Amino acid sequence: MANEVVDHGRRRFLTATTAVVGGIGVVSAAVPFIKSWEPSARALAAGAPVTQSLKKIEPGQQIVVPWRSLPVFIVNRTPEQLAALPKQDDRLVDPKSDGTSSGQQPEYAQNETRSIKPQWLVMVGICTHLGCVPDYHGEMKPEPFDPNWAGGYYCPCHHSRYDIAGRVYKGVPAPKNMEIPKYHFIDDTTVQIGVGPKGEA
Amino acid sequence: MSKFSAWIGERAPGLDATYRKHMTEYYAPKNFNLWYYFGSLALLVLINQIVTGIFLTMNYNPSAAGAFDSVQYIMRDVQWGWLIRYMHTTGASLFFVVVFLHMFRGLLYGSYQKPRELVWLLGMLIFLTLMAEAFMGYVLPWGNMSFWGAKVIVSLFGTVPVVGNDLVEWIMGDFLPADATLNRFFALHVVALPIVLLLLVVLHLAALHEVGSNNPDGVDVKHGPKGNRWSPTAPVDGIPFHPYYTLKDLVGVGVFLIVAAFIIFFAPTFGGWFLEHDNSIPANNLLTPAQIKPVWYFTAFYAIVRMVPSAFGTAFWGVLGMFGSIALLFALPWIDGGKVRSIRYRGTGYKVGLMVFVLSFFCLMALGMDLTDEYFPRIFGSGIDLTTWDNVFGRFWTLVYFGYFVFLWLYTHLGWEKTKPVPERVTMHD
Repeated sequence: MANEVVDHGRRRFLTATTAVVGGIGVVSAAVPFIKSWEPSARALAAGAPVTQSLKKIEPGQQIVVPWRSLPVFIVNRTPEQLAALPKQDDRLVDPKSDGTSSGQQPEYAQNETRSIKPQWLVMVGICTHLGCVPDYHGEMKPEPFDPNWAGGYYCPCHHSRYDIAGRVYKGVPAPKNMEIPKYHFIDDTTVQIGVGPKGEA
Repeated sequence: MSKFSAWIGERAPGLDATYRKHMTEYYAPKNFNLWYYFGSLALLVLINQIVTGIFLTMNYNPSAAGAFDSVQYIMRDVQWGWLIRYMHTTGASLFFVVVFLHMFRGLLYGSYQKPRELVWLLGMLIFLTLMAEAFMGYVLPWGNMSFWGAKVIVSLFGTVPVVGNDLVEWIMGDFLPADATLNRFFALHVVALPIVLLLLVVLHLAALHEVGSNNPDGVDVKHGPKGNRWSPTAPVDGIPFHPYYTLKDLVGVGVFLIVAAFIIFFAPTFGGWFLEHDNSIPANNLLTPAQIKPVWYFTAFYAIVRMVPSAFGTAFWGVLGMFGSIALLFALPWIDGGKVRSIRYRGTGYKVGLMVFVLSFFCLMALGMDLTDEYFPRIFGSGIDLTTWDNVFGRFWTLVYFGYFVFLWLYTHLGWEKTKPVPERVTMHD
């Protein structure tokens, strides 16, 4: 027997529940596709610590070491470069790295030189703006982008500037100081990147 | 022929009606001018991109290890491969030339105004999809600019608060642009986005043919007097799209192809504008190119990212500014409360405003292409502080860009605009 009257309430209920259940199904089915875009197990596995000898780095020279496919800058800072660091403070966004940049370094590198030993800068060379590799301009001489240049980094992408401790200057697009990775000295002339002094990775 | 078409007509009776609705009985205003070439030219370039793109995929290898070499292989060893690739790369840049002019036409003659809001919105979606399509295509040759372009553009999403870093890893599928990134960009560039693009183009045209084309006078021919040579019920100032405008557009196609052929044969890199020199170097994750900038068509939007300073420990504002500059274009039909469409009859404020807006676009473009870094020292002496000069120049024009939308809203909604009377019919009729 066919129903003489249409039960609209029942019809609406069935439409709504079908839509909800179907919607949950579609969302659930989308999860594997969305998750498939995350870094694969192979990409996650490629990230071991890196050991680097410091013997051949001249004063004022920078070398670049790849770690997890990221460029790590190691600079043998001269006394002049170090002496210029405190003078930059009032031109910097976060000179003590305790404000917006508090998460950008391990505790043992949260100081004026942003390092374990003042002489040695070990830093992930990635601009905190949009991820370019800033250029090393170590010499303290007037530059086209800054007449009072005290040595540091200049990003070619959007012209962000950092001092020789990777601290960002005011008035540039980058918001934070560059990242200091976990690292420690195995002996006086060998550094290991990716592992802190207490063995934490 | 007639027997064959009768056979088809019996089995697909809607086919002939569709053809007539969109071609021989689509009555477009008779006063279209030069600006009306760019819609059909965009379609021509789209077809060029699809055809040359299909042939490029036949020799391209979408892997971080093989992509760069396979592009060199196409350029050097594949018979006529260089031509097919240069047609594709030149087509990409010309696509944006044509689309920018097509959009400017919309601004000139108020083609986004009621009742064509949907046409404009669909067009803006096409523009957005085209930007994604162009960006991903740019990454595929896996040169050093491809790599760093991918890194910088994907990092834009890293500035999103809280989820930023996870979002970047999710988009790249690794901690840096890598094999996974290249493969998914390839899939999106050759399959997903072209399908979306084609669908949007069909909808754009369908929406247009529903409301009818605008024209340089901004007069609604559809609601004017009726009766022309072809039909007593069609608009008096309308002419059949086919054969009148198909033939007119063919002239435009001829001129366009001459220009395109000249670029393809004599200046395919266009002095580093269409193809950048640094992209002839294979991708290197430890070396950022000395000058990193996007291809010319992104530079205006991209300059805004650079000009908005970071605040509260995040660079998100610049990214918001860039997306905002595009989002405002979407909202144009509602920002502009003008009662008159065509610039011919609009107030002086609108004319000046639009010109200043276009000027701000060009100035931001010059800044984004680093032209200012080249010319400021030449004009003002080499001792100047470039960062400050760039910031003052760029921030001024960024404010002008956004200011235009504020001005337009105030100008039209507060009734400051003094318009001229709009004629009853298009000004070009017998």
